[in-house]
Amino acid sequence: MGLFDFLRAKKNTASIAKDRLRIIIAQERSALGGHDYLPLLRRELLEVIRKYVNVDVDAVRVDLVKDGEHDVLDISVALPDQRASAA
Amino acid sequence: MTEIIVVTSGKGGVGKTTTSASLACGLARYGKKVAVIDFDVGLRNLDLIMGCERRVVYDFVNVIQGEASLRQALIKDKRFETLHVLAASQTRDKDALTKEGVQKVLDDLAADGFDYIVCDSPAGIEKGAFLAMYFADQAVVVVNPEVSSVRDSDRILGLLASKTRRAENGERVKEHLLLTRYSPARVDAGEMLSIGDVEEVLGLKTVGVIPESPDVLNASNKGEPVILDLESPAGQAYDDAVARLMGETRPMRFTQLEKKGFFSKLFGG
Repeated sequence: MGLFDFLRAKKNTASIAKDRLRIIIAQERSALGGHDYLPLLRRELLEVIRKYVNVDVDAVRVDLVKDGEHDVLDISVALPDQRASAA
Repeated sequence: MTEIIVVTSGKGGVGKTTTSASLACGLARYGKKVAVIDFDVGLRNLDLIMGCERRVVYDFVNVIQGEASLRQALIKDKRFETLHVLAASQTRDKDALTKEGVQKVLDDLAADGFDYIVCDSPAGIEKGAFLAMYFADQAVVVVNPEVSSVRDSDRILGLLASKTRRAENGERVKEHLLLTRYSPARVDAGEMLSIGDVEEVLGLKTVGVIPESPDVLNASNKGEPVILDLESPAGQAYDDAVARLMGETRPMRFTQLEKKGFFSKLFGG
Protein backbone atom coordinates (compact mmCIF):
# COMPACT_ATOMS: atom_id res chain seq x y z
CA MET A 1 0.00 0.00 0.00
CA GLY A 2 1.72 3.19 -1.13
CA LEU A 3 1.44 6.68 0.27
CA PHE A 4 -0.28 7.99 -2.86
CA ASP A 5 -2.48 4.96 -3.49
CA PHE A 6 -5.58 6.84 -2.39
CA LEU A 7 -5.27 8.88 -5.57
CA ARG A 8 -5.96 5.83 -7.69
CA ALA A 9 -9.52 4.65 -8.07
CA LYS A 10 -9.86 1.49 -6.03
CA LYS A 11 -12.05 -1.35 -7.10
CA ASN A 12 -11.61 -4.80 -5.75
CA THR A 13 -12.76 -6.97 -8.62
CA ALA A 14 -11.73 -10.20 -6.88
CA SER A 15 -14.42 -9.73 -4.26
CA ILE A 16 -17.01 -9.04 -6.97
CA ALA A 17 -15.93 -12.29 -8.65
CA LYS A 18 -16.24 -14.19 -5.39
CA ASP A 19 -19.74 -12.87 -4.68
CA ARG A 20 -20.95 -13.65 -8.18
CA LEU A 21 -19.51 -17.16 -8.00
CA ARG A 22 -21.07 -17.83 -4.61
CA ILE A 23 -24.51 -17.01 -5.96
CA ILE A 24 -24.30 -18.80 -9.30
CA ILE A 25 -22.72 -21.93 -7.85
CA ALA A 26 -25.28 -22.17 -5.06
CA GLN A 27 -28.00 -21.87 -7.69
CA GLU A 28 -26.48 -24.47 -9.97
CA ARG A 29 -25.87 -26.88 -7.12
CA SER A 30 -29.48 -26.72 -6.03
CA ALA A 31 -30.66 -27.17 -9.61
CA LEU A 32 -28.37 -30.04 -10.51
CA GLY A 33 -26.64 -31.08 -7.39
CA GLY A 34 -27.49 -32.46 -4.03
CA HIS A 35 -28.17 -35.61 -5.98
CA ASP A 36 -25.01 -37.42 -4.99
CA TYR A 37 -27.12 -40.14 -3.46
CA LEU A 38 -29.26 -40.73 -6.55
CA PRO A 39 -27.10 -43.38 -8.26
CA LEU A 40 -26.87 -45.36 -5.04
CA LEU A 41 -30.59 -45.00 -4.36
CA ARG A 42 -31.28 -46.19 -7.89
CA ARG A 43 -29.10 -49.26 -7.44
CA GLU A 44 -30.63 -50.21 -4.14
CA LEU A 45 -34.16 -49.73 -5.48
CA LEU A 46 -33.30 -51.95 -8.40
CA GLU A 47 -32.07 -54.67 -6.07
CA VAL A 48 -35.26 -54.55 -4.00
CA ILE A 49 -37.55 -54.54 -7.02
CA ARG A 50 -35.66 -57.43 -8.54
CA LYS A 51 -36.56 -59.57 -5.53
CA TYR A 52 -40.14 -59.46 -6.76
CA VAL A 53 -40.10 -58.64 -10.46
CA ASN A 54 -37.51 -59.46 -13.03
CA VAL A 55 -36.81 -56.01 -14.50
CA ASP A 56 -34.01 -54.75 -16.74
CA VAL A 57 -31.03 -52.89 -15.30
CA ASP A 58 -32.24 -49.68 -16.93
CA ALA A 59 -35.86 -50.13 -15.85
CA VAL A 60 -35.54 -47.90 -12.80
CA ARG A 61 -35.26 -44.15 -13.27
CA VAL A 62 -34.66 -41.78 -10.40
CA ASP A 63 -34.74 -38.04 -10.95
CA LEU A 64 -34.96 -34.99 -8.81
CA VAL A 65 -37.41 -32.57 -10.37
CA LYS A 66 -38.31 -29.08 -9.35
CA ASP A 67 -42.01 -28.39 -9.01
CA GLY A 68 -42.56 -24.78 -8.07
CA GLU A 69 -40.94 -24.40 -4.67
CA HIS A 70 -40.70 -28.11 -3.99
CA ASP A 71 -38.23 -30.75 -5.03
CA VAL A 72 -39.94 -33.91 -6.18
CA LEU A 73 -38.18 -37.25 -6.20
CA ASP A 74 -39.46 -38.82 -9.38
CA ILE A 75 -39.07 -42.59 -9.46
CA SER A 76 -40.34 -44.59 -12.38
CA VAL A 77 -40.07 -48.33 -12.87
CA ALA A 78 -40.76 -49.89 -16.23
CA LEU A 79 -42.21 -53.35 -15.69
CA PRO A 80 -41.49 -56.01 -18.28
CA ASP A 81 -44.05 -56.70 -20.97
CA GLN A 82 -46.41 -59.42 -19.65
CA ARG A 83 -46.78 -61.23 -22.95
CA ALA A 84 -43.08 -61.09 -23.69
CA SER A 85 -42.18 -62.55 -20.32
CA ALA A 86 -44.90 -65.21 -20.59
CA ALA A 87 -43.66 -66.31 -24.00
CA MET B 1 -2.41 -51.33 -5.82
CA THR B 2 -2.81 -49.11 -8.86
CA GLU B 3 -4.03 -45.60 -8.23
CA ILE B 4 -5.93 -44.00 -11.11
CA ILE B 5 -5.76 -40.19 -11.13
CA VAL B 6 -7.81 -38.09 -13.54
CA VAL B 7 -6.64 -34.57 -14.36
CA THR B 8 -9.74 -32.64 -15.34
CA SER B 9 -11.24 -29.14 -15.32
CA GLY B 10 -14.27 -28.70 -17.54
CA LYS B 11 -12.88 -25.52 -19.05
CA GLY B 12 -10.21 -25.71 -21.73
CA GLY B 13 -6.82 -24.05 -21.62
CA VAL B 14 -6.38 -24.05 -17.85
CA GLY B 15 -3.39 -26.41 -17.84
CA LYS B 16 -4.70 -29.99 -17.75
CA THR B 17 -2.10 -31.41 -20.11
CA THR B 18 0.73 -29.39 -18.57
CA THR B 19 -0.38 -30.73 -15.19
CA SER B 20 -0.78 -34.34 -16.37
CA ALA B 21 2.71 -34.31 -17.87
CA SER B 22 4.28 -32.80 -14.77
CA LEU B 23 2.44 -35.07 -12.32
CA ALA B 24 3.43 -38.14 -14.33
CA CYS B 25 7.10 -37.08 -14.47
CA GLY B 26 7.07 -36.12 -10.81
CA LEU B 27 5.66 -39.47 -9.71
CA ALA B 28 8.17 -41.30 -11.90
CA ARG B 29 10.98 -39.23 -10.41
CA TYR B 30 9.92 -40.58 -7.00
CA GLY B 31 10.47 -44.06 -8.43
CA LYS B 32 6.86 -44.92 -9.18
CA LYS B 33 5.82 -46.87 -12.24
CA VAL B 34 3.57 -44.48 -14.14
CA ALA B 35 1.45 -44.48 -17.28
CA VAL B 36 -0.01 -41.23 -18.54
CA ILE B 37 -2.89 -41.51 -21.00
CA ASP B 38 -4.22 -38.82 -23.35
CA PHE B 39 -8.04 -39.08 -23.53
CA ASP B 40 -8.38 -36.18 -25.96
CA VAL B 41 -9.06 -38.23 -29.08
CA GLY B 42 -8.81 -36.09 -32.21
CA LEU B 43 -6.87 -33.31 -30.49
CA ARG B 44 -3.89 -35.03 -28.97
CA ASN B 45 -1.30 -32.87 -27.28
CA LEU B 46 0.15 -34.77 -24.37
CA ASP B 47 2.77 -36.28 -26.71
CA LEU B 48 4.01 -32.77 -27.57
CA ILE B 49 4.18 -31.61 -23.96
CA MET B 50 6.01 -34.84 -23.03
CA GLY B 51 8.33 -34.41 -26.03
CA CYS B 52 7.63 -37.81 -27.58
CA GLU B 53 5.50 -36.77 -30.56
CA ARG B 54 7.83 -38.32 -33.11
CA ARG B 55 7.77 -41.68 -31.41
CA VAL B 56 4.01 -42.25 -31.58
CA VAL B 57 3.39 -45.33 -33.70
CA TYR B 58 0.27 -46.79 -32.13
CA ASP B 59 -2.21 -45.01 -29.91
CA PHE B 60 -4.92 -45.55 -27.28
CA VAL B 61 -7.63 -46.16 -29.89
CA ASN B 62 -5.47 -48.73 -31.71
CA VAL B 63 -5.19 -50.67 -28.44
CA ILE B 64 -8.91 -50.43 -27.68
CA GLN B 65 -9.79 -51.63 -31.18
CA GLY B 66 -7.32 -54.50 -31.00
CA GLU B 67 -5.07 -53.15 -33.77
CA ALA B 68 -2.04 -53.02 -31.50
CA SER B 69 -1.03 -54.45 -28.16
CA LEU B 70 -0.69 -52.24 -25.12
CA ARG B 71 3.03 -53.03 -25.05
CA GLN B 72 3.41 -51.77 -28.64
CA ALA B 73 1.51 -48.57 -27.96
CA LEU B 74 3.13 -47.54 -24.66
CA ILE B 75 5.91 -45.04 -25.37
CA LYS B 76 8.78 -45.34 -22.96
CA ASP B 77 9.96 -41.99 -21.67
CA LYS B 78 13.62 -41.17 -22.40
CA ARG B 79 14.18 -39.53 -19.02
CA PHE B 80 12.54 -41.95 -16.64
CA GLU B 81 12.77 -45.71 -16.96
CA THR B 82 9.40 -46.22 -15.22
CA LEU B 83 7.37 -43.63 -17.14
CA HIS B 84 5.18 -44.52 -20.12
CA VAL B 85 2.96 -42.43 -22.39
CA LEU B 86 -0.15 -43.63 -24.21
CA ALA B 87 -1.01 -41.11 -26.93
CA ALA B 88 -4.50 -40.28 -28.13
CA SER B 89 -5.48 -40.96 -31.70
CA GLN B 90 -5.27 -37.91 -33.91
CA THR B 91 -7.46 -39.26 -36.71
CA ARG B 92 -10.42 -40.94 -35.04
CA ASP B 93 -13.34 -39.23 -33.37
CA LYS B 94 -14.08 -39.48 -29.69
CA ASP B 95 -16.70 -42.19 -30.13
CA ALA B 96 -13.81 -44.58 -30.76
CA LEU B 97 -13.40 -44.80 -26.97
CA THR B 98 -15.70 -47.23 -25.17
CA LYS B 99 -16.17 -47.84 -21.48
CA GLU B 100 -15.28 -51.53 -21.84
CA GLY B 101 -12.23 -50.71 -23.96
CA VAL B 102 -10.94 -48.15 -21.48
CA GLN B 103 -11.54 -50.52 -18.59
CA LYS B 104 -9.56 -53.28 -20.32
CA VAL B 105 -6.57 -50.99 -20.87
CA LEU B 106 -6.65 -49.80 -17.25
CA ASP B 107 -6.98 -53.38 -15.96
CA ASP B 108 -4.07 -54.52 -18.14
CA LEU B 109 -1.89 -51.66 -16.83
CA ALA B 110 -2.82 -52.59 -13.26
CA ALA B 111 -1.94 -56.23 -13.94
CA ASP B 112 1.39 -55.03 -15.34
CA GLY B 113 2.24 -53.50 -11.97
CA PHE B 114 1.77 -49.80 -12.65
CA ASP B 115 1.59 -47.74 -9.44
CA TYR B 116 -0.14 -44.76 -11.00
CA ILE B 117 -2.22 -44.17 -14.10
CA VAL B 118 -2.68 -40.48 -14.91
CA CYS B 119 -5.67 -39.80 -17.19
CA ASP B 120 -5.40 -36.50 -19.05
CA SER B 121 -9.01 -35.47 -19.67
CA PRO B 122 -10.19 -33.42 -22.64
CA ALA B 123 -12.07 -30.19 -21.94
CA GLY B 124 -15.84 -30.26 -21.81
CA ILE B 125 -18.16 -32.77 -20.23
CA GLU B 126 -18.68 -35.14 -23.11
CA LYS B 127 -17.66 -38.73 -23.73
CA GLY B 128 -13.88 -38.34 -23.58
CA ALA B 129 -14.06 -36.36 -20.33
CA PHE B 130 -16.60 -38.78 -18.90
CA LEU B 131 -14.44 -41.83 -19.69
CA ALA B 132 -11.30 -40.15 -18.35
CA MET B 133 -12.96 -39.68 -14.97
CA TYR B 134 -15.17 -42.77 -14.81
CA PHE B 135 -12.61 -45.21 -13.36
CA ALA B 136 -10.68 -42.67 -11.26
CA ASP B 137 -9.74 -43.16 -7.61
CA GLN B 138 -8.53 -39.57 -7.31
CA ALA B 139 -9.19 -36.41 -9.26
CA VAL B 140 -7.00 -33.38 -9.68
CA VAL B 141 -9.29 -30.54 -10.72
CA VAL B 142 -7.22 -27.85 -12.41
CA VAL B 143 -8.57 -24.35 -11.80
CA ASN B 144 -7.50 -20.86 -12.83
CA PRO B 145 -8.44 -18.20 -10.29
CA GLU B 146 -11.01 -16.78 -12.67
CA VAL B 147 -14.83 -16.94 -12.71
CA SER B 148 -15.54 -19.22 -15.67
CA SER B 149 -12.90 -21.75 -14.66
CA VAL B 150 -14.19 -21.89 -11.08
CA ARG B 151 -17.77 -22.34 -12.20
CA ASP B 152 -16.85 -25.14 -14.63
CA SER B 153 -14.83 -26.85 -11.92
CA ASP B 154 -17.88 -26.94 -9.70
CA ARG B 155 -19.76 -28.66 -12.51
CA ILE B 156 -16.96 -31.22 -12.82
CA LEU B 157 -17.01 -31.82 -9.06
CA GLY B 158 -20.72 -32.60 -9.36
CA LEU B 159 -20.00 -35.14 -12.09
CA LEU B 160 -17.18 -36.73 -10.10
CA ALA B 161 -19.65 -37.24 -7.27
CA SER B 162 -22.30 -38.83 -9.45
CA LYS B 163 -21.06 -40.17 -12.79
CA THR B 164 -18.06 -42.25 -11.79
CA ARG B 165 -17.61 -45.90 -10.94
CA ARG B 166 -16.87 -44.98 -7.35
CA ALA B 167 -20.04 -42.89 -7.11
CA GLU B 168 -22.07 -45.76 -8.52
CA ASN B 169 -20.62 -48.02 -5.83
CA GLY B 170 -21.56 -45.51 -3.14
CA GLU B 171 -17.94 -44.37 -2.67
CA ARG B 172 -16.26 -41.06 -3.42
CA VAL B 173 -13.50 -40.07 -5.78
CA LYS B 174 -10.85 -38.30 -3.74
CA GLU B 175 -10.86 -34.76 -5.08
CA HIS B 176 -8.06 -32.21 -5.05
CA LEU B 177 -7.87 -28.67 -6.37
CA LEU B 178 -4.82 -27.51 -8.25
CA LEU B 179 -4.66 -23.78 -8.87
CA THR B 180 -2.64 -22.74 -11.89
CA ARG B 181 -1.57 -19.35 -13.26
CA TYR B 182 -1.72 -17.89 -9.77
CA SER B 183 -0.40 -14.38 -9.36
CA PRO B 184 0.20 -13.31 -5.74
CA ALA B 185 0.69 -9.69 -6.86
CA ARG B 186 -2.72 -9.54 -8.51
CA VAL B 187 -4.34 -11.28 -5.54
CA ASP B 188 -2.73 -8.67 -3.31
CA ALA B 189 -4.10 -5.90 -5.51
CA GLY B 190 -7.60 -7.36 -5.23
CA GLU B 191 -7.64 -8.26 -8.92
CA MET B 192 -7.60 -12.03 -8.61
CA LEU B 193 -9.43 -14.62 -6.52
CA SER B 194 -7.19 -15.86 -3.73
CA ILE B 195 -6.53 -19.51 -2.80
CA GLY B 196 -8.88 -19.06 0.14
CA ASP B 197 -11.61 -17.60 -2.10
CA VAL B 198 -11.49 -20.54 -4.52
CA GLU B 199 -11.35 -23.10 -1.70
CA GLU B 200 -14.30 -21.48 -0.01
CA VAL B 201 -16.45 -21.25 -3.14
CA LEU B 202 -15.74 -24.84 -4.20
CA GLY B 203 -15.57 -26.31 -0.69
CA LEU B 204 -12.33 -28.13 -1.39
CA LYS B 205 -8.67 -27.91 -0.36
CA THR B 206 -5.85 -27.19 -2.77
CA VAL B 207 -3.16 -29.79 -3.33
CA GLY B 208 -0.97 -27.31 -5.15
CA VAL B 209 -0.70 -23.75 -6.36
CA ILE B 210 1.31 -23.16 -9.51
CA PRO B 211 2.39 -19.55 -9.96
CA GLU B 212 1.96 -17.82 -13.31
CA SER B 213 5.36 -18.28 -14.93
CA PRO B 214 7.03 -17.87 -18.31
CA ASP B 215 8.82 -21.17 -17.60
CA VAL B 216 5.62 -23.09 -18.42
CA LEU B 217 5.64 -21.92 -22.06
CA ASN B 218 9.39 -22.44 -22.31
CA ALA B 219 8.93 -25.99 -21.05
CA SER B 220 6.20 -26.81 -23.55
CA ASN B 221 8.26 -25.27 -26.34
CA LYS B 222 11.00 -27.76 -25.54
CA GLY B 223 8.78 -30.76 -24.82
CA GLU B 224 10.13 -31.02 -21.29
CA PRO B 225 7.46 -30.97 -18.58
CA VAL B 226 8.00 -27.91 -16.39
CA ILE B 227 8.42 -30.05 -13.25
CA LEU B 228 11.82 -31.10 -14.62
CA ASP B 229 12.99 -27.49 -14.32
CA LEU B 230 13.72 -27.34 -10.61
CA GLU B 231 15.10 -23.83 -10.94
CA SER B 232 11.65 -22.65 -11.83
CA PRO B 233 9.03 -21.76 -9.20
CA ALA B 234 6.37 -23.52 -11.32
CA GLY B 235 8.50 -26.67 -11.44
CA GLN B 236 9.07 -26.59 -7.69
CA ALA B 237 5.38 -25.95 -7.05
CA TYR B 238 4.48 -28.99 -9.16
CA ASP B 239 7.00 -31.09 -7.24
CA ASP B 240 5.33 -30.00 -3.99
CA ALA B 241 1.93 -30.97 -5.40
CA VAL B 242 3.20 -34.43 -6.36
CA ALA B 243 4.64 -34.94 -2.88
CA ARG B 244 1.32 -33.90 -1.33
CA LEU B 245 -0.57 -36.30 -3.60
CA MET B 246 1.68 -39.03 -2.23
CA GLY B 247 0.73 -38.06 1.30
CA GLU B 248 3.59 -35.77 2.28
CA THR B 249 2.88 -32.47 4.06
CA ARG B 250 4.61 -29.48 2.53
CA PRO B 251 3.99 -25.79 3.08
CA MET B 252 2.67 -23.76 0.14
CA ARG B 253 5.34 -21.73 -1.64
CA PHE B 254 5.19 -18.88 -4.16
CA THR B 255 1.77 -17.84 -2.91
CA GLN B 256 2.80 -14.69 -1.06
CA LEU B 257 3.82 -11.42 -2.55
CA GLU B 258 7.51 -10.81 -2.07
CA LYS B 259 8.16 -8.00 0.37
CA LYS B 260 8.94 -4.73 -1.33
CA GLY B 261 11.70 -2.38 -0.31
CA PHE B 262 11.08 0.79 1.68
CA PHE B 263 10.98 3.16 -1.28
CA SER B 264 8.64 1.13 -3.43
CA LYS B 265 6.40 0.77 -0.38
CA LEU B 266 6.39 4.51 0.12
CA PHE B 267 5.61 5.31 -3.47
CA GLY B 268 3.42 2.33 -4.24
CA GLY B 269 5.73 1.23 -7.08
